[in-house]
Amino acid sequence: MIDCVENRLLTSRRGLLLGGAAFAAWAYLPKFARAADGRDPRLVVVILRGALDGLATVAPLGDPDYAALHGSIALTADGAHPATRLDGFFALHPAMPEFARMYRDQHAAVIHAVSTPYRDRSHFDGQDVLESGYAGPGRVQSGWLNRALEALPRGERVSSGLAVGPTTPLVLRGAAPTVGWAPVALPQADDDTAMRLVDLYRHRDPALASALTQGLQLEKAASGDDMKPKPGNQVAQMRQVARGAAKLMAADDGPRIAALAFDGWDTHANEGGPVGRLAFLLGGFDSALAEFESGLGDRWRDTVVVVATEFGRTARINGTDGTDHGTGTIALLAGGAVKGGRVISDWPGLKPANLYEGRDLKPTTDLRSVIKGVLQGQFGLSDQVLAQTVFPDSASARPMKGLVA
Amino acid sequence: MARDSQAALVALNRFGFGPRGGASGDLINAASDPRGFVKAELARPLGALLEAPGLQATPQLGQAVFAYQDQVKQAREAAKAATPTEAPAPPPANQKPDNQLRRNLSLNTVASEISGQQVAEAKSADNKPADGAMKPDAMQPNAAAPPAAKQPQQPLNVIQKTFRTEALARLQRAMLVDCGFTERLVVFWSNHFCISASKGELARMWAGAFEREAIRPHVLGRFADMLKAVEQHPAMLFFLDNQQSLGPDSRAGQNRKRGLNENLAREIMELHTLGVGGGYTQEDVTSLARIITGWTFAGRKGQLGAPGSFAFNANAHQPGPQVLLGKTYEANGLAQGEAALADIARHPSTANFIATKFVRHFVADDPPPALVARLRDVFVRTDGDLKALATALVDSDEAWKAPLTKMRSPYDFLVASGRLLARVPEDPGLYLGSLNLLGQPLWTPAGPNGFPDTAAAWAAPEGMKLRLDIASQMGARLGPNIDPLDLLEFAAADAASVETRKTIERAESRQQALALLLMSPEIQRR
Repeated sequence: MIDCVENRLLTSRRGLLLGGAAFAAWAYLPKFARAADGRDPRLVVVILRGALDGLATVAPLGDPDYAALHGSIALTADGAHPATRLDGFFALHPAMPEFARMYRDQHAAVIHAVSTPYRDRSHFDGQDVLESGYAGPGRVQSGWLNRALEALPRGERVSSGLAVGPTTPLVLRGAAPTVGWAPVALPQADDDTAMRLVDLYRHRDPALASALTQGLQLEKAASGDDMKPKPGNQVAQMRQVARGAAKLMAADDGPRIAALAFDGWDTHANEGGPVGRLAFLLGGFDSALAEFESGLGDRWRDTVVVVATEFGRTARINGTDGTDHGTGTIALLAGGAVKGGRVISDWPGLKPANLYEGRDLKPTTDLRSVIKGVLQGQFGLSDQVLAQTVFPDSASARPMKGLVA
Repeated sequence: MARDSQAALVALNRFGFGPRGGASGDLINAASDPRGFVKAELARPLGALLEAPGLQATPQLGQAVFAYQDQVKQAREAAKAATPTEAPAPPPANQKPDNQLRRNLSLNTVASEISGQQVAEAKSADNKPADGAMKPDAMQPNAAAPPAAKQPQQPLNVIQKTFRTEALARLQRAMLVDCGFTERLVVFWSNHFCISASKGELARMWAGAFEREAIRPHVLGRFADMLKAVEQHPAMLFFLDNQQSLGPDSRAGQNRKRGLNENLAREIMELHTLGVGGGYTQEDVTSLARIITGWTFAGRKGQLGAPGSFAFNANAHQPGPQVLLGKTYEANGLAQGEAALADIARHPSTANFIATKFVRHFVADDPPPALVARLRDVFVRTDGDLKALATALVDSDEAWKAPLTKMRSPYDFLVASGRLLARVPEDPGLYLGSLNLLGQPLWTPAGPNGFPDTAAAWAAPEGMKLRLDIASQMGARLGPNIDPLDLLEFAAADAASVETRKTIERAESRQQALALLLMSPEIQRR
């Protein structure tokens, strides 16, 4: 009975037209966007909220302790749904064929045993650290991506932006203006009414004036039949969001730098192995990556998609065939600009003594180093800006070199 | 008597659901005695209870889900037997409510419903809540067209029907109460102790009952009682997986080779009581998880009690004493966990966490420290008397002097609009669809931390644009029959800014004027 009910979670989220995903973008083009060298870098940051089980997504099949710890949900190299071998040690979840293909083409990479500096196990604080870029939770209302944008030379305003979800994810909140868009079919207020309201807000409530003005500037390029909501499960929703985002980002005057979030990775019970709940979600996420690839077309060549989650999950499954909140996990990179085909890891091992607090994958790589490496590779941000402004007090987390081709 | 419209706005908007239009006289009444207007509701301790025809208790609702699931299963098997290879499985039940919601996303539907053009006959006097005190000629829907036009093509299943019945009862109550402070408290505590209907069929079925049974009886009672009612409610046990958690050394744990799930234990401490940094460790989380093993609800076979009712399953309970927050709790079954919860409820961190969140919700995103400290002291002194907490808030100066910088949540905004327009919904579709659009689907937050509670979260660009679209549709439908300046008098009177008044006066049409009024800072801020 319980398993049956549990599975319904997957489809019922469709009810949250906007609840399961959020997307927002920088309102300006980077000034070097149309530089003569033809390189026009794009960056998409994907936050997986709920704490992705890194050991279930990219499994250390070569670690002798993995199979016992992950128990009934462990991936295997054989069987009906074998994991996809990535190298002699790691294998990818079989629900991710698109990522596997990108990896083979050297346009996708995995960084394993990563985490933010956060070491407790609250989703909300963990997400706060992940998105704010500060070493602890609750410090600021701005995100590292927004602060990175402030360090970039600002060019023309983009003609369109997009957000799924009426709220901007923290990672992109801050002083640098952002735009958003929601894929809903809704009769629009007419321009005259909107302008009168903006005028009223300008006199009485500048904060609302700013928000509404940005909200009004979206829409146009984002419209199109294929972005209207359609019946479909969470997989379809992830794909739809990615397709809409890619379409806007592919345009010459479209946004270059954006963030989105997918919810639902908090797999406490009946997580499933090669098939099941996590497999279903990973499949949706995998198809969303493929949507970005096809939607961005030629621009995929200059794109990096960074995928991160607030922390990992327990190395050992819990009493309900799921995993509880943990520490170390994975980060993923995909895109034509990624120097891929590699699992980058200083593998800590899964022996009891090697686990963090005896229960979690021990993080050996600071996620900030990964993100810094991407920001530096894509946009040339200096070590100093990255260590002081984007990720304050993070000089010890050096940018990882060579992530971007 | 002195009239203070500005204070009346605080009374009605900061503490309540906004003034009702028509002949309610809310703004005038609030202006003559703002504090008294708010506190009048606190004197009616039963006023938070919600009883209406068709609302059922959790066990009955659970049994209806079990029966429904059996039917679906039988239908699927019958279909399979009929055409063994190609039979399409019946769609999961949750597809239907979503389709239904999607249909209702049409703003034409939204606005026509708010305008009453397709609303069923007006509510009869005998099913109004006793404390409604509405003025009949002002508040009744003004049309009586048959509801047939709105009927969805597919019949709703029992879960969808129940969800809508519960939603409608909650919305109608919000429309009819005088100030709405008690209802705002219900919404606050319901979000604090949220479940999500997206967890599954049982959660969707139980979402309304959970609020009626675990939250409403205690919003003017004791925190410890609410905490116990929440953590023992089948909806919460289901939402945070505790019905699956088995003591590793319990008989069931040994037999089934399964064990702990610490989800509920963690959120009890992190989100419900102590708060992050409230002085607990991972070991405490695990310990509390062990302590509450066996807290479950009876399943469809009823081996543990009436199906769908709370049950303590001694077979699943981890044996032995447990140490939690430095104190040892002896092994005495259900009482072990109840003793632990009682202690957590009166922990100093809980008082601090609750006081902070309470002030943040009602007063300011950055809660004034002195007010938080005062409320924390009240919480401690009264052993978590929530009526005393609410009273202390209303009695404070800070709550009346702080500028109205909070942003109405989508639910607040829609309810306030409905009240001002004096429309009592007969169908929840408009509200459910609009809440989905605006990112606050009813009883369905994305995580166990509930919906956000800061101005930044609700004043995001896309959200503002969508609000304007919705207000614009309301204006288009209702504007022709309404004098926007009259409505401005009901909404803010002389507390309205010169700019807002001018903007409404100069609007090119009544429709436009109404949209602008609904979007004005006087209505959006609280």
